[in-house]
Amino acid sequence: MSIANTLTAKPTAELKARANALNFYYGNFQALKNIDFPVEKNQVTALIGPSGCGKSTFLRCFNRMHDLYPNMRYEGEILLYPDGVNIVDRQVDPIEVRMRISMVFQKPNPFPKSIYENVAYGLRVRGVRNRSLIDEKVEEALRAAALWGEVKDRLGDLAFNLSGGQQQRLCIARALATDPEMLLFDEPTSALDPIATAKIEELVSELKERVTILIVTHNMQQAARVSAYTAFMYIGELIEFDDTKKIFTNPSSKLTEEYITGRFG
Amino acid sequence: MSSISLKYPPQPVVTAATTVQRPVKVAANLRRRLTERSIETLLLLAALVSVFTTLAIVAILVWESIVFFRTVPLLDFLTDTQWTPLFDDAHFGIIALLSGTLTTTLVALLVAIPFGTVLAIYLSEFAPFRVRELAKPFLEMLGGVPTIVYGYFALLFVTPLLQKIHPGLPGFNMLAAGLVMGIMIVPYVSSLSEDAMRAVPMNMREASYAMGATRLQTALFVVTPAALSGLASSYILGISRAVGETMVVAIAAGMQPNFTFNPAEPAATITAYIVQVALGDLPHGSIGYQTIFAAGLTLLLITLLFNIIGHLLRRRFREAY
Repeated sequence: MSIANTLTAKPTAELKARANALNFYYGNFQALKNIDFPVEKNQVTALIGPSGCGKSTFLRCFNRMHDLYPNMRYEGEILLYPDGVNIVDRQVDPIEVRMRISMVFQKPNPFPKSIYENVAYGLRVRGVRNRSLIDEKVEEALRAAALWGEVKDRLGDLAFNLSGGQQQRLCIARALATDPEMLLFDEPTSALDPIATAKIEELVSELKERVTILIVTHNMQQAARVSAYTAFMYIGELIEFDDTKKIFTNPSSKLTEEYITGRFG
Repeated sequence: MSSISLKYPPQPVVTAATTVQRPVKVAANLRRRLTERSIETLLLLAALVSVFTTLAIVAILVWESIVFFRTVPLLDFLTDTQWTPLFDDAHFGIIALLSGTLTTTLVALLVAIPFGTVLAIYLSEFAPFRVRELAKPFLEMLGGVPTIVYGYFALLFVTPLLQKIHPGLPGFNMLAAGLVMGIMIVPYVSSLSEDAMRAVPMNMREASYAMGATRLQTALFVVTPAALSGLASSYILGISRAVGETMVVAIAAGMQPNFTFNPAEPAATITAYIVQVALGDLPHGSIGYQTIFAAGLTLLLITLLFNIIGHLLRRRFREAY
């Protein structure tokens, strides 16, 4: 399936990352097939597709999460700009990649620590010792995650005492505290109620000013609401990539159209 | 009376099938209830066996101890520093035995807790699959070695080894016994700790790795704190094992009650004393015979104390994931 024409939809835009002919294998099973994909800087790019289409697998290539598990293999490249390093190269240390690209998971997964220590974690593992700097970064990250007002008087409380939506915003604050260049969201609202979901979505739209965002979502309305670009994936292939508006109003692929109109998925 | 004529008047729904099935159904229900009941009763009885055994042990210990404390005042029992119940000049100071128990236990824990924990962290977080599969049976084997073998290992191998470093060490000493007991307990601590660490959900590790943490940072800052309550229980179990261990200390630490906390000295523990006296030729109902129960009750109270502490720790650090 040719998608070359849609890939260069905005040749003038500055790219944050670009996947070129990316293949990914779990053992002998090829989960991603020859993916070419641009991520525009300071924009939200959404990945949609039915369950098992490989969108989470693709997202997790960006911070080398697959390296935690045995029997997997990357082929091809994901270039991270401005320096253009291939982050799925074996020679590249996954920890270096994760220092630059943060992630927010499907289920809120705070550590069994205080609210403060959760946000400070990334700084601590980077060896930051300066307390006033950590204080400052924690506050700034919590403000950016729209959580500061709710927790500023109980930073020492265990993070598990927060509600699900607050925990997810805490995870966003944790991811932001280290000033990542890119933020990956893996269905961040699938475990949340509608109000908490709306807050997270609002946050995602605000955050693109400071960080490039790639978001996997099951919820097509969500993709339409928050993203500038949308990619539709199906059984490991990238079927269509375009402006979000175009994808949802006038998709070029029949498969995309069937998916967004609810014919399958 | 009825002025309305229905086109399809309601018919009593009596079919051949329902009339025949009803009694059968009742019988089936009854039978099902009976089987359920009898199985429930059976299970309850099985559970009660252990409860009653425990209660019976406690009752006998308390009962026989009461007899003991009629002769020996509790104050003497707790404050006297000598334990010589079979001598003419009889003393009944339990702390002479307690010191031995606590010293050997402490030495054992100084070995078992660090080694067990480090081993658990390694096996759960670092070891490749094949290493873990190989190492675990070996560890379990270590737990399956008869304690008498450990006892002679301490007496005939570890003590001579220690005597090379420290020539003044007596042939019976608490150090060797404690060290070997520690090795013996390592598998218990490590396997329970490892289970606790492996129970920490993967998404918590992923969160840590995603923040750029190394394996060591993830193991120490995320997995270990998350598994704290499990680690605490494994330590408590280790303590209980060490306090209750008999053979190793009876063989390697000597059987002489000795009020000391110096591991380089020989001393008897509570369990070693019980085994020694119980093997001897004691008339039933004599004071020497009654000391067994007083000592046993003390042992039970210590273990109970640690179990309560363990329970509180577990509640305090309960995992909330």
